[in-house]
Amino acid sequence: MTLDTVQKANIDPDHEQPYSALGLKEDEYQRIREILGRRPTSSELAMYSVMWSEHCSYKSSKVHLRQFGEKQPKTDALLVGIGENAGVVDVGQGYAVTFKIESHNHPSFVEPYQGAATGVGGIVRDILTMGARPIAIMDPLRFGPANAPDTRRTLPGVVAGIGGYGNCLGLPNIGGEIVFDETYAGNPLVNALCVGVMRHEDIKLAKASGVGNLVVLFGAKTGGDGIGGVSVLASESFDATRPSKRPSVQVGDPFAEKVLIECCLEIFAEDLVIGIQDLGGAGLSCATSELASAGTGGMHVVLDRVPLRDPTLAPEEILMSESQERMCAIVEPMKIARFLELCAKWDVTATVIGEVNDSARLTIEWKNQIIVNVPPRTVAHEGPVYERPFAPPAEQKQLQANGPSTITRPKSGEQLRQTLLDLISSPNLADKSWVTDQYDKYVQGNTVLAQPEDSGIVRIDETSGLGIAISTDANARWCRLDPYEGARLALAESYRNVATTGARPLAVTNCLNFGSPEDPAVMWQFERAVTGLADACLELGLPVTGGNVSFYNQTGKVAILPTPVVGVLGVIADVAKRTPMAIDVEGIGLFLLGETRDDFAGSEWANLHGHLGGMPPRADLEHERRLANLLIEASTRELISAAHDLSDGGLAIAVAEMALRKMVGASISVTGDPFVALFSETPGRVVVAVALDARKEFLALVDSQRIAVEHLGITGGSALVVAGQFEIELEALSTAHTGTFHRLFSGTR
Amino acid sequence: MRIGVVTFPGSLDDRDAARAIRMAGGEAVALWHNDHSLRNIDGVVLPGGFSYGDYLRCGAIARFAPIMEEITVRAKAGMPLLGICNGFQVLCESHLLPGALTRNSDLHFLCRDQELIIENNSTSWTSEYSLGQHITIPLKNGEGSYQCDDQTLSLLESEGRVVVRYAGENPNGSRNSIAGITNERGNIVGLMPHPEHAIEKLTGPTTDGFAFFTGVLKTLVAS
Repeated sequence: MTLDTVQKANIDPDHEQPYSALGLKEDEYQRIREILGRRPTSSELAMYSVMWSEHCSYKSSKVHLRQFGEKQPKTDALLVGIGENAGVVDVGQGYAVTFKIESHNHPSFVEPYQGAATGVGGIVRDILTMGARPIAIMDPLRFGPANAPDTRRTLPGVVAGIGGYGNCLGLPNIGGEIVFDETYAGNPLVNALCVGVMRHEDIKLAKASGVGNLVVLFGAKTGGDGIGGVSVLASESFDATRPSKRPSVQVGDPFAEKVLIECCLEIFAEDLVIGIQDLGGAGLSCATSELASAGTGGMHVVLDRVPLRDPTLAPEEILMSESQERMCAIVEPMKIARFLELCAKWDVTATVIGEVNDSARLTIEWKNQIIVNVPPRTVAHEGPVYERPFAPPAEQKQLQANGPSTITRPKSGEQLRQTLLDLISSPNLADKSWVTDQYDKYVQGNTVLAQPEDSGIVRIDETSGLGIAISTDANARWCRLDPYEGARLALAESYRNVATTGARPLAVTNCLNFGSPEDPAVMWQFERAVTGLADACLELGLPVTGGNVSFYNQTGKVAILPTPVVGVLGVIADVAKRTPMAIDVEGIGLFLLGETRDDFAGSEWANLHGHLGGMPPRADLEHERRLANLLIEASTRELISAAHDLSDGGLAIAVAEMALRKMVGASISVTGDPFVALFSETPGRVVVAVALDARKEFLALVDSQRIAVEHLGITGGSALVVAGQFEIELEALSTAHTGTFHRLFSGTR
Repeated sequence: MRIGVVTFPGSLDDRDAARAIRMAGGEAVALWHNDHSLRNIDGVVLPGGFSYGDYLRCGAIARFAPIMEEITVRAKAGMPLLGICNGFQVLCESHLLPGALTRNSDLHFLCRDQELIIENNSTSWTSEYSLGQHITIPLKNGEGSYQCDDQTLSLLESEGRVVVRYAGENPNGSRNSIAGITNERGNIVGLMPHPEHAIEKLTGPTTDGFAFFTGVLKTLVAS
């Protein structure tokens, strides 16, 4: 292939270009021609195609995502907001925390191990790029039916990939979710969250400022892997008739990333960079255009200098490659020697590939010829914006009208006992140790709570005990029934989980997983969910610090359940006062906080019967706020020894989980319809364990926050007893709870 | 007392080991894989992690690190040396301890709280434990199955050189449920589980691992 240059593009304006194969639409191609006043070169076309892809440009979601900014509550906590690699939040004592969640869904379906591994790698680099030391990861996952043959391929591979990469980086994995549903069969969701910590003064931004400053590419060499990953893989639906997409999946090397992390942290500590950007989706195209666009405005890059793993790569491929473990820094000439010295110490390859200038153009040369000459903002920030049509799915009303009232409810004690066993052994509620035992939760020595606790907590200051809590949640079935309310409920639960462990919620990140935006019904789900989440965040006073949209999660015409995964970050002044979920002492009182109503639409019980329909419960955020205040205050005053949020499976599952953790039983009694009391999924409820001597003070606190409270019973014994209904030995409960995953996945790898 | 902690590229639990040493009352001294100076240390810990990405074989590249030359000389002369997890793998690759660590029998990485039995409390690191004591500390690795030939195994058993053994079900297929061993002199100890992750009630399953670090400091003071 001959080299296409700017000069050639001027001479040969009608040269036919494969924009469509690169994922660009006709009108988008025309716009590029307008911007440049000529046809793009093949390298420019490559850059625009990846940067204007759905994944990088958010072209379908942008008009809705604006709400997160417009409805942002007034807060002093937000140090860096949406738009940077990750948002940064002030957590006090001079510390700042950055966190973000991203999807790596399509790559993980094509190649589960590498897809999931590089998903972790990518989000960790985003956090590192902000100047922070990454301190923990989490992974919300969704798969097809647990017993489907393909789930035996994807789940073990994804889990091994997350473990293989995260463990090798030395990042504790402190939580996540695993949910099964048939709509994820051809589209598993692999979301990865990372959190990092730094001092306020160490925050770094992705900008190329200062004429004459150097552009340094460092980390792994560039290879042919992941070319067009964002445009080809992440921005289209799967279709069995097209060729295999395996070459678009990147291959990770966690060791290279671990070394890169330590190297960067030493570089940051000596204040050697002006700006920094990681190379993730869209590789060099993204890093150079974003850095230039956010800084002085111009940049010149000599592409021949990029160290290559494969010397036969064409310039277009170098610009599009998504090879992992690479970073791009802007360094002042006087500091470059020290910068390169630190890279050499860590055996990290570092190369000066260009220079910042004030030309307002991003120019790239290859073999002494200019192959790219573009205004960087048009590549990075001024991509297309779509106002896609949206309308409720035709069957939405019918779906909402079809509540679970037709399912026969268990009545006798024996039937209720069996319902508990059926639920606690169902794949969605079963013990996940088979998975979480493959993740290192101890490394770094600061993990205070990890899965299956309500939220993960890590200590960030050994002297003061300052810590942060994180939880992620989404109830996609509720979102299917009512995406607006479903998104609010996801936030409510994540918020409640953080408060349940004693931490004060501070900020929100999200990963919005949906079907094809070209389907108005999907677009409606998206618009409703974003609006619901933005409204709820405003109501709870939590800023959204960033996030990620993953569209095209569908096979043929079947979209996944709308799955907005909501992550909430909280802060706890002294981690020693955190509230765990386990009841570990006998003779302690158990109380239920919050009111119970008949809420079975979209519930785990209905799901067990293959039913999805009706209206989900409403999220009462005013109640959630008071409940959170109560839980945090009770934790601070050390009035409660254990607490656990009620979610899937209701009260019975919550108490069972609390008992199974340390194998200390409980005897409870319930009022009203025992089935509703035990299995309803009314939100805004938490079970707490309160010692006798703290009871009076605790109940006064409950009263002051106007929260409904019910005395459930007392801890102790080796069984879970529901007075007048049934009792079940913890051993039997444990066998049911822990056997499922081993039965489903043992022997896989 | 100055206890060194070596950082190889890919070491992960180096800061945790240093924290354990500090909390036990020692002075933790950072050692860099590429240096030759041992900086006047009295003992040394090879921490957990994935040195050099564990490429080739776990510990196979780390054994050739420049710092290992000095450590080997000093350890052979009696300096207390503890290899935890990847550190144990490095000790085996360096032939400072016999045998090898291979893939766990179920082929998965395994992270769990593991009950162990103290089988030798006369090493430089385990003198604070009582013989037969049960302790619970984290186990976390993908290649923790201890293997050796029959002759080595009977030698280790007959000389009392098994330091810790897995209690209950064998988690990874290690021969004779061996979790850790020592050399003839008792100054070099390698084990797969992580005592440095069980030193605080808040962050570990127990504080059972702390005595490894107070133990070596006592041994050093006594000598």
